[in-house]
Amino acid sequence: MLGTGILRGMVETAKNFAGSYHDPERLTTVEYPEQRIAPKENARQFPFLVHDTEDPMKGLRCVACQICEKECPPQCIYIVKSKDKRADYKGQMQLYPVTFDIDLSVCMSCQICVEVCPFESIKMDTEFELSNTDRFGGLLVNKHQLAKSNEHYRKIHPTEAAVSDAALAVEVAKAQAKAKADVEAKAKAAAEAKAKAEAAAAAGPVGAVAPAPAPKPSSPAAATAAAPAA
Amino acid sequence: MAELFAKLDALPVTLKHLLMGLLPGATPEWLVSVVSAVLTITPILAVFPLMFALTTVIERKGLGRIQNRIGPNRVGIPLTDIRLWGFGQFIADGIKSLIKEDVVPRAADKVVHFLAPIALLIPVLLTYSVLPFGKNMVPLDLPQTGLLFFFAVGASTELSVFMAGWSSRNKYSLLGAMRAIAQMVSYEIPLILSSLTVVMMAGTLSLTSIVEHQAGTHFGFLHNWHLFTPWGFVGFCLFLTAAAAEANRTPFDLPEAESEIIAGYFTEYSGFKFAIFFLAEYLGLFAMCGLGITLFLGGWLPPVNIAPFTWVPSWCWFLGKLSALIVLFIWLRGTLPRLRTDQLMGFAWKFLLPMTLINLVVAALWHMSGGAVHIGIRWVVGFAMLAIPYWLLGRGFEASVGKRVYRFAN
Repeated sequence: MLGTGILRGMVETAKNFAGSYHDPERLTTVEYPEQRIAPKENARQFPFLVHDTEDPMKGLRCVACQICEKECPPQCIYIVKSKDKRADYKGQMQLYPVTFDIDLSVCMSCQICVEVCPFESIKMDTEFELSNTDRFGGLLVNKHQLAKSNEHYRKIHPTEAAVSDAALAVEVAKAQAKAKADVEAKAKAAAEAKAKAEAAAAAGPVGAVAPAPAPKPSSPAAATAAAPAA
Repeated sequence: MAELFAKLDALPVTLKHLLMGLLPGATPEWLVSVVSAVLTITPILAVFPLMFALTTVIERKGLGRIQNRIGPNRVGIPLTDIRLWGFGQFIADGIKSLIKEDVVPRAADKVVHFLAPIALLIPVLLTYSVLPFGKNMVPLDLPQTGLLFFFAVGASTELSVFMAGWSSRNKYSLLGAMRAIAQMVSYEIPLILSSLTVVMMAGTLSLTSIVEHQAGTHFGFLHNWHLFTPWGFVGFCLFLTAAAAEANRTPFDLPEAESEIIAGYFTEYSGFKFAIFFLAEYLGLFAMCGLGITLFLGGWLPPVNIAPFTWVPSWCWFLGKLSALIVLFIWLRGTLPRLRTDQLMGFAWKFLLPMTLINLVVAALWHMSGGAVHIGIRWVVGFAMLAIPYWLLGRGFEASVGKRVYRFAN
């Protein structure tokens, strides 16, 4: 009969109305600033720079290779290379960024910078409350604001961080093996040189060359190497 | 005890007399009538817009709950943590609409565009002048023409709706205005015909007399409301349907269908003019509800003639019944989808109009058979005469709403 459908519908809405007061299952609303849902692991918002040491500026993994700057589709990254070099996590001497700025208003969160980085140094953050009262300077994020620790990365993306740490550990192991091989090769060369010199000394006194000290891995490298085990 | 409540009942009237008494004796005649008019109008202008403001919040909260959401619950008292369950929202909305830029399209007919909201609000407010809000509380008692005045003034809102739509020079506005005119003209007829039964029974057009006609009791305890008769019940349902269409409420909100034509005839209005349209729309709905209460729900009379009910002031009963009808309209809005234009027209001409005409006949028979035939027989015959055509007409409607066949999509 005409009208029964309307009545049935009204009963349904009345059930919803009453149910929303006593049945928390029905009410899916999360009252945001006070209540929050934990961010999903796959969430990504805006890039950050990973550092390994206590001092963020000293331990930045970034070597200012500028690949991300060139690959960035909206061109929102700006990097200035350093003049000098410093030891990176595996002890190799590398450049570092003097300036590393990302324009928050231009970035489109595409994650291409993360995909192209060969040094595991730029990753995506889950921080989403990025609004700012200063629409000019405030939206240009510099390297001090971008730098976040590897611990932070492990916390927000545990799976990805494990992969990243493993890759770095392999790099460190390779570097150490190479260093060890170098040391051995040098020691051998020195021994040969010494034998030669002795042989020569037997023939006649000539000035011998002292062997150069082998480069030792710096402290960040040790930290990173220890990390994957944890 | 009863005397105290009687005094409370007459409080607004007493207050007015008291204030009138403060006028100096040498006041000219015209000034006295002006002051009297102002004193009468002020409470109406205070109570009903405030009710509108609260209704906007309650409606949003109610619709939210119907959809299993929370609804507005933030805005309370500024600079404090007091939230008042979101009931500060209407003040924030009011301030927002006051300070917003008033944009008038360059191609608009500026004079008509400016006049349209005013021409809508004034007739809507004028309809309140004949409604009896309580015992001895009717701003303008027209013994010969009360109901006629209500409908005459109420119908003139159609003009202002078209003024708004036409002067905006916007296709959505014009479409909305055309829809509004078609709808309002079609539904005016069932609206008036369904109220006509009450006029037939009461034998008067005066709204105060119609309320007094509903005094007395039915079966010993129920008031003699028109709702509690076969023709009255059906008439009330028909009246509410037509009133929803007149007030552009869901499911008849085609003139301002947001998903189709933005905001209909007031698409090109912003800021406070938009707020006035909004206000006028709700005040029109309240006035229609007020008329429905007066005609069918016994106006300011209490539902049961027993002591604690009769103590409550008459104007409280009126406002209570009004609130109940507003809640009903909010509930309907949360339940029903919007009709299509052809369904809307078909419903008015093929269902509502025949039903109102049959209802007139039933009311006439009820009136003629009064006293001569046993009340039980009158009830049975009256209900049968209405229920059978309802079933037949409704069946015709449902047959036309079958499973939809798509020519190309299947």
